[in-house]
Amino acid sequence: MSRIALTVRDLRIELDPSGIEIDSEVSFELHEGEVLGLVGESASGKTTAATALLNFQRRGARIAGGSVNVAGREVFALGKSQLRHLRGGEISYVPQDPGSALNPALRIGTQLREVLEEHGFGSSDAERRDRVDEMMAEVLLPSDKEFLRRYPHQLSGGQQQRVVLGMAFACRPKVIVLDEPTTGLDVTTQAHVLSTLRDLARAHGVAAVYVTHDLAVVAELADRIAVMYAGRIVELGPSHELFRGASHPYTRGLLAAIPVIEGRRALKGIPGYAPRPGRRPVGCAFQPRCSYAVERCETEMPPETTVSQSHLVRCWRAAEVSAVVSVASDANESALVGGDQEALLQVKNLTAWYGSREILHDVDITLRAHECLAVVGESGSGKTTLSRCIAGLHAFKMTGDIEFQGAPLARHARSRPVPIRRSIQYVFQNPYSSLHPRKTIAQILKQPLDIFFDLDRDQREERLAELLELVSLEGSLLRRYPDQLSGGERQRVAIARALAADPTVLVCDEVTSWLDVSVQASIVELLVRLQREIGLCMLFVTHNLALIRSIAFEAAVMSEGRVVEYGPTDDVLANPRAQYTRSLLADTPTIKGALSEG
Amino acid sequence: MPPLLKVILRRTLLGLLTLLLVSGVVFAATQALPSDTARAILGREATPERLAALREQLDLNRPAIVQYGSWLGGVATGDLGDSLVAKQPVTALISGRVKNSAALVLLAALISVPLALLLGSLSGLLRDRGFDTVVSLGSLTLAALPEFVVGILLILLLATQVFHIFPAVTLLDPESSILAQLKMLVLPSLTLVLAVAPYIVRTLRASMIEVLESDYIQMARLKGMSERTVLGRHALPNAIVPAIQVIALNLAWLAGGVVVVEYLFNYPGIGSALMDAVSNRDLPVIQAITLLIAGLYVIFNLVADILTILVSPRLRTGLQ
Repeated sequence: MSRIALTVRDLRIELDPSGIEIDSEVSFELHEGEVLGLVGESASGKTTAATALLNFQRRGARIAGGSVNVAGREVFALGKSQLRHLRGGEISYVPQDPGSALNPALRIGTQLREVLEEHGFGSSDAERRDRVDEMMAEVLLPSDKEFLRRYPHQLSGGQQQRVVLGMAFACRPKVIVLDEPTTGLDVTTQAHVLSTLRDLARAHGVAAVYVTHDLAVVAELADRIAVMYAGRIVELGPSHELFRGASHPYTRGLLAAIPVIEGRRALKGIPGYAPRPGRRPVGCAFQPRCSYAVERCETEMPPETTVSQSHLVRCWRAAEVSAVVSVASDANESALVGGDQEALLQVKNLTAWYGSREILHDVDITLRAHECLAVVGESGSGKTTLSRCIAGLHAFKMTGDIEFQGAPLARHARSRPVPIRRSIQYVFQNPYSSLHPRKTIAQILKQPLDIFFDLDRDQREERLAELLELVSLEGSLLRRYPDQLSGGERQRVAIARALAADPTVLVCDEVTSWLDVSVQASIVELLVRLQREIGLCMLFVTHNLALIRSIAFEAAVMSEGRVVEYGPTDDVLANPRAQYTRSLLADTPTIKGALSEG
Repeated sequence: MPPLLKVILRRTLLGLLTLLLVSGVVFAATQALPSDTARAILGREATPERLAALREQLDLNRPAIVQYGSWLGGVATGDLGDSLVAKQPVTALISGRVKNSAALVLLAALISVPLALLLGSLSGLLRDRGFDTVVSLGSLTLAALPEFVVGILLILLLATQVFHIFPAVTLLDPESSILAQLKMLVLPSLTLVLAVAPYIVRTLRASMIEVLESDYIQMARLKGMSERTVLGRHALPNAIVPAIQVIALNLAWLAGGVVVVEYLFNYPGIGSALMDAVSNRDLPVIQAITLLIAGLYVIFNLVADILTILVSPRLRTGLQ
């Protein structure tokens, strides 16, 4: 067995100065060359725990107890200069958003070299230059002078992340902490960054802690996985064991919420959302969302128990949970409407510009009544422009035709007649900015009702109640403001607002990309139900190929402003004809392998 | 042509246009004032005949637009005209005053800018500690006080009531250099420093705090950079960028704000020259001084914009 590179014992982090617990009893060990996936949703305390490994906390939080040992050195006992030497030398950090983590005013060459200089790596400038060349080669970037003289904003997101990755490996550290390093990257870029990371960690025997909200991302990467919930590790075990024998209801819930590319299954979200520090219930923090919960869970915090020698769980009912058939067979076919419906909205030869740049080329798609069409593509593929053209929101030049119910649609929403505008509704990507912050939910939902319908007071109240029920929200939310709601609740409100107009077509533009996986699953659940119950026709725009089988009967894959593949979702995924679809499929992370392995 | 040069050229042309507009507005304003130059020179008791004669002599009977036109024509050929009252070229009349004011403003700028940058960045760095509280309290108080109140308080404190260190009234010896009479400059320039520095301090403190909270500073710390490198290389250069505009605005304000302070200390600079010229309706002098002040505004802003472009890689590379 290789040597231990990192030991974390009873790490506790509190809000400063209130002393409210963020993380508690976080313990794990990591061997050289081993990758640990630290998985949790927002408010789980995973990032706080990750930076604590380098004895760092942002303003407003502090490390209150426990110990971290990196390569034999107690991190919390180090003096200032020793700590500086440790950071970047023995243990390094890869941040979430490389775009903001690279100094905008310094050339990337400078930022790479300064790590080596500060840590006294190499004895001469020439030696350090060679090391920079070597690093750049390892992360598959050019190392010529011109490239190193660039500023961060002159690099693509993927290149920026590679620079930061190279920086992290620069001084050959023992441990590397990665904080959601691929969030915001396209799947293709993500796949490349992940494989680079895997190769480097393996080649240099570096232990890695990979923080993510997405189990699928670490499924193939991590040797072991720690699932965090409300500041505690609720399940910790070898990847294959965790995927096949998940013993915590939360882990189970997460697995059921992950879309699987290979087979259609109804996504199941976890009801509710993760509680923030200070609002966590006594007893087991997951109990309010847990279908296994019994009385004891409400009062007593479950201790860490062992499932097998290397598999730990914190749940009073772990034995019952693991006894339930394995997660893999939880997957069940979900029926989607589709196939033979009449065309409702047709886009023909649509070409659109953004300024003077042509970004959509000759796009043809057809939305059929009561069906959902998924449009998949990476950033810059033109998928959002397409949906904005349909909704009449595209502000620049466009040519071609959009026909709705057999009649041509006006370009701009404001020149469309009211009934048409009412029929086509839009749900925006970011629920944190698409709701008016100074209006209550009731006011937000009343607006479309007042614009499109002539209702008296009672009818309006009745319709509001109906809308909330349709999106599974409680009536008490009506008096609240958007910032008092969770992301998932906000997105439900945004959907309810669109439904208030009683539309025939609902355009959903990346509506789950800002949400946690468990919440994403429940939003998809909702949209599928709406299709079935009110026969809504939907355009579901997403970058996540894995998601579409769960929601759309037909799919169009877009790349560089063109539809490169178009057909029934099952065919597109099972027998992709376009090279682009094939590579996208190959790059999409999946838990399928992890679930069925062995 | 290099893109930066194009920006400079365009902005300079726009600046000249601004100056033209300013001169028009100032001319219109002086025309709107009651009384005129002839009456101002001759006083209340002057007979209508003498007034008419003087007006004839000073060419005041021409239509306003013609007067403006001939003055503008002169400026275009580099001739600022003659003072109506003193009967000598404007340039000769105000050059001494310009030097005095320049000394005052320059001294105030040289002290206030570095001081404010230092206090502002330290204050941001030591956020919420004692030093920051004191600096914040002080700069907010000073920013809330008009500069003549600050000036009067300084006079009471350092010249008349408490201590008697510096003169309350400036009596410059025209024979010797102004730099030899620094004592006379202390109170007026101190007033200007206290009027200008708070804004720069506040801006720099805010941008320093924002930069220190940024991801790239966290990253610099997490890759083990020394605190000196973190602050000197990563934080300060980014924090100063938003302050550049504020510094320029305040320096430009100095050039105009000097009027009140000079009046307060009876300082023989362009401020008091402008006051005299206005009460005499001495149009060429008014025009020359306002144009000078407006010109400084234009130049400071132009320099600030160019500096901002030069220190922000995103803007600089965006030009190409």
